[in-house]
Amino acid sequence: MINQLGNYSLYIALLISIFIISKASLSLRKLSITLSGNIFSLISVQSIMVIISFLTLIYAFVTSDFSNETVYNNSHTTKPLFYKISGTWGNHEGSLLLWLLVLTIFLFIFTVESKNLSQRYRTLTLFFQQIIIFGFLLFILFTSNPFSNLFPIPNEGTGLNPILQDPALAIHPPILYLGYVGTSIIFSSALAAIISGSINKSWASHIKKWVLVSWVFLSIGILLGSIWAYYELGWGGFWFWDPVENVSLMPWICLTALLHTIFTLEKRDIFHSWAVILSITTFSLSMSGTFLVRSGILNSIHIFANDPSRGVFILCFLFILIFLSILIYFFYQKTIKENLTKPYLISKETAVLLNNLFMMFFLSVVLIGTVYPIFLEVINNEKISIGPPFYHKLLIPFLIPFLFFMAIGPNIKWINGKIGKINFTQVSIFIISIIVSYFFVKKYGVSYLLSLPLFILSIFLFFITIKDFFGKKVNISQKISHFGFSLLILSILLNGVLSKEFSSNMKVGDERKFLNKTIKFESIKVIKEQNYQSLIGEFNIKDENNSLSLKPELRIYDQPQTITSEADISSTIFSDNFLVFNVLKNDGFYNVRYQIKPFMIWIWISVILISFGGLISLKKKNV
Amino acid sequence: MSKNIKLTSIVLIVLFSFFVLLKGLDKSNTYSPELSTTKIDFNFKAKDLFSDEEIFLDDLIKNDGMSLINIWASWCLPCREEHAYLLNLKSLHKLNIVGINYKDSEINAKKFLKELGNPYTNIITDPKGINSIELGAFGVPETFLIDNNSKLIIKKFIGPLDDSAFNQLTKLIK
Amino acid sequence: MKILKIFCILLIFFLFFQNHSLANSPQQVDKISKNLRCLICQGQSVYDSQSDFALSMKTLIKKKIDEGKNDDEIYDFLISKYGEWIVYEPKFNKNTFFLWLLPILVFLGGGWLIFKKTKFFKL
Repeated sequence: MINQLGNYSLYIALLISIFIISKASLSLRKLSITLSGNIFSLISVQSIMVIISFLTLIYAFVTSDFSNETVYNNSHTTKPLFYKISGTWGNHEGSLLLWLLVLTIFLFIFTVESKNLSQRYRTLTLFFQQIIIFGFLLFILFTSNPFSNLFPIPNEGTGLNPILQDPALAIHPPILYLGYVGTSIIFSSALAAIISGSINKSWASHIKKWVLVSWVFLSIGILLGSIWAYYELGWGGFWFWDPVENVSLMPWICLTALLHTIFTLEKRDIFHSWAVILSITTFSLSMSGTFLVRSGILNSIHIFANDPSRGVFILCFLFILIFLSILIYFFYQKTIKENLTKPYLISKETAVLLNNLFMMFFLSVVLIGTVYPIFLEVINNEKISIGPPFYHKLLIPFLIPFLFFMAIGPNIKWINGKIGKINFTQVSIFIISIIVSYFFVKKYGVSYLLSLPLFILSIFLFFITIKDFFGKKVNISQKISHFGFSLLILSILLNGVLSKEFSSNMKVGDERKFLNKTIKFESIKVIKEQNYQSLIGEFNIKDENNSLSLKPELRIYDQPQTITSEADISSTIFSDNFLVFNVLKNDGFYNVRYQIKPFMIWIWISVILISFGGLISLKKKNV
Repeated sequence: MSKNIKLTSIVLIVLFSFFVLLKGLDKSNTYSPELSTTKIDFNFKAKDLFSDEEIFLDDLIKNDGMSLINIWASWCLPCREEHAYLLNLKSLHKLNIVGINYKDSEINAKKFLKELGNPYTNIITDPKGINSIELGAFGVPETFLIDNNSKLIIKKFIGPLDDSAFNQLTKLIK
Repeated sequence: MKILKIFCILLIFFLFFQNHSLANSPQQVDKISKNLRCLICQGQSVYDSQSDFALSMKTLIKKKIDEGKNDDEIYDFLISKYGEWIVYEPKFNKNTFFLWLLPILVFLGGGWLIFKKTKFFKL
């Protein structure tokens, strides 16, 4: 019956939401902007209600209360405690409740931390944020209620999709949602600021914190998802350009553009409208992400519980918000006091614009690549697939100039409109990069058309970002993030070019030669675990100097029945040894895949560096 | 004025996307076989399961009327289930059924037929699975109904035959 | 500026000197199968999949390569059998016109805007 507690607290939260929206719209109409203190206490009550309902759901999962339909569909008594808890958000209903939870908590934090800002701006932000909360509450209560009862009460649940029973994936959704939902605050506050005519430097320095927070969480969320795909999906890749992955990348790209714009707005008081447009777009993209993933409209490797009929609701809600923001933008556009002085072609302002241009291009490639198949099928009834080769073909040629501008951009001064004398260090670094890449490409016989310029520029950027650390100590956070990014590009490139793969069908006792190594399939053993059976293969990989033992695993889950394969990965700072095996139907034979993946660990480290830069920037008062 | 044009065009684009996505929700996102081509290339050689001779698939569907091509394997459980339908089709309608034995061992395949009966006029072997792919198949079991004159696929059944497939086939044959 | 120009020229020069060594058959099979969707698996490529369908597909690709078919002929053959859905890189045609061109239009449009909104050097 504790179930009902969660349900009722959601209804209370809904009532509060309605109350706040009507109250706020009344007080806004009268333009008497003195919001009584009780609205702020109402917001805390609302957050507490949502927290209670979320805890109730966790409690239902932990105690395996199968009278709750969500628990019945997604849990099982034999599941370890950790996955019972993470099972709470590993399903459609729970994940929406998590969205809502983060929404209300963020709004609460916002009201607390914005105390000394104008009342009108705060009230308006609160108003828009409440509309979003209201929509989500309606959605949860009437289409995907996590607290529906089952009668008679089943004895056993149907289990959580085993592929989701993984530590990285357990914390991936909460972190990603912190990023997604952070963009809702940016959205509401941008709309509030445009109505109250306060898109200016001080707005920028206030909202900058929220942009950074969302951006950092989104980066880490994407990283976790990617790490998970690397060792769990078992193909040794870390990014598949799968629609679900793209959906999380799109707001990230947009936020990155916004981040640069907001910094510039804060410093130089320009790009007002553009910052608003980006704020609106970022949140729309986060919402579309939820729509695309949750409605099941996409064809993806990451199949979750989904239901097209719910899609209609999110779709309508999403478009209502988009229309609302378009109308507000056009109606109040004149309140934006755009700084009309044009920046010079060669200035940091233009460099930021160029960054934005490239970001918008990358965004449009990913967006169009993701939704185009849906559009084409509806309009023309033709089915096409868009996969990695499409993205590579469009992105890589543009990545080259992007890297170049990223290397020189941060070193250009604000305002300054002349080409300074050619920077000697930059040119010499460029020459060195050409030489290094030329010999590298020669040595490893890389033969893609654009590989040489790509190498030259990523090495160039890498050196420049290192060199920049020794320059003036102004913007350490930017330096760390940019260095992280250059490291990311370089490691992805090296990883792509130098990876080696071996695949063969082997049985126990077999030996195969690969490069200078011998791969031996030594033994296989069966272990019974709490909720699955595990087949552990033991492999030995030997070369002249050392030998390495790898133990990949096949897990046979019974609730629900699924086989997942867990790769065994041994990481060193230079390269990963990745081994995975699979059952074949010929008796005794296993398909064995062994991969050497250089610099894998640096891909993860560089993303951590990128986010770390953001964190530092958050701590600093005025950068 | 230009502001209004901008506003209307953006609103129109957004509305358009909305309706497309709304319609997109109704579409299933699994692959439907109807979409792929109906043309088939029978002109390849393969070994006959019983006589061990190399024969052209083309030669096996020479007569008038229709033929059924059925891809099967002894290791495939659904094939076992659909086998009764094939036997019925053979005995009721004297249908020319050509079997393609997918990635199977000769001994197991023969044992399977001995145990369950042989509905096939001819069986050609496909030890590597290449022939089936050349026919545009997805896996086992899979069944094509073919018009012998035009050499076109009339109907494709992916997965095991069942009651509704059997009824459809019976209707089509008549 | 001159130095930069020289390097640009050098860069292009290097580009042309990169020879495209003809990949040998196993590598070519990998390359082709990475660009094919495994139709019976959820969103995996043929290369990554171990299903019977994917394995047969790889054998077929190898056979076609040995027969001397080039990449495009193999893609076309498979498209004729399984439809456009099987390739991960859609061909440029009337259906995919916007897919390939829209992003580039976004880039050009944005570039033009920036060009318009900035002013040249201080005189």
